[in-house]
Amino acid sequence: MKRMTRQQVLDLYFLDARSRLIDLAAFLDRVERASGKDDFRLKAFRKAVGVLTGKQQRRAEKVLLAFSDPTTKPIPAATTKAACGAFPDAG
Amino acid sequence: MKYIEPHAHMVSRVTDDYVKMTLAGCQAVCEPAFWAGFDRSSVNGFYDYFCQLTEHEPKRAAKFGLAHFCWLCINPKESEDVNLAEDVIGIIPQFLERPNVLGIGEIGLNKNSRNEIKVLEMHVDLAARHNQLILVHTPHLEDKLKGTRLILDVLRSDKRIRPERVIIDHVEEHTVKLVLDSGIWAGMTLYPETKCTPARAIDILDTYGSERLWMNSACDWGVSDPLAVPKTALEMKRRGHLAKAIDRVIYQNPRSFMRQCPKFKLPAT
Repeated sequence: MKRMTRQQVLDLYFLDARSRLIDLAAFLDRVERASGKDDFRLKAFRKAVGVLTGKQQRRAEKVLLAFSDPTTKPIPAATTKAACGAFPDAG
Repeated sequence: MKYIEPHAHMVSRVTDDYVKMTLAGCQAVCEPAFWAGFDRSSVNGFYDYFCQLTEHEPKRAAKFGLAHFCWLCINPKESEDVNLAEDVIGIIPQFLERPNVLGIGEIGLNKNSRNEIKVLEMHVDLAARHNQLILVHTPHLEDKLKGTRLILDVLRSDKRIRPERVIIDHVEEHTVKLVLDSGIWAGMTLYPETKCTPARAIDILDTYGSERLWMNSACDWGVSDPLAVPKTALEMKRRGHLAKAIDRVIYQNPRSFMRQCPKFKLPAT
């Protein structure tokens, strides 16, 4: 399979990525303007944002891992059906 | 362009979606049993649902020239009640010979609880006893990695299960390698807000190749897009993928997997 050149990737995705990055920045501004305290989700979020500036590859995988439950044993019982996006002890 | 939609919950979609999918080149739609958005109160609710999947929905799809297939189970979101699950699993065999039933699915885990695992093991046993294909749902968001590992443990521990007859769905960057390395097929779900975007799904294809991988919309009653597969095919084209490579992912791969069930036959084109 022929891979795109870096120039082609930038031409295709730069504006979209730029827009999403500004959205992330605005989200953090919005959260910090609001009263109250951080919770585990925001702590996990800040940790995951740090992955973006690293030089290593596989950033998407590392961001997903930063939000993931790292434990291995089943929980005793499901008390809810929904997932919230971050593991409570991940931050 | 022709494609197969290997995972769509059409009972919760409007007729216009069938029209759009057919216009976009869809040849067949495959519908796993899933959670209705509320817990059913008894096994009778599942009996009616299985009749809907095997009798009514194929007729609705056929009005638009679309072949309709389905998978049967009690979804992991309703697996905390083991007694209800036993009752539901007990009625599934009477539906397995129906002409559009491909296998057992979408089974799996939701919150990774002990009861969910018990019910997953019961479903795997059912599939093994009746020589059925298996389609597995993996949990959402923070629960996906742990759930994928637990699911693989269950599948590997039952020696009757052949990995090439199982697909584990909703993989993302942190779970796709685990699944492919086990010899099992992997599905990427294209959602607007969670799971994979088209760009990320194509990144995964670029990284891991297209062997034993497919894409689906998993469209249901939530935020989802029944045209996600053809839209992703267009993005593959924009990224320079050749027509043959696109066809492999959106048509040949799902066909290869599902043809392991002799009932999976596509209308002549």
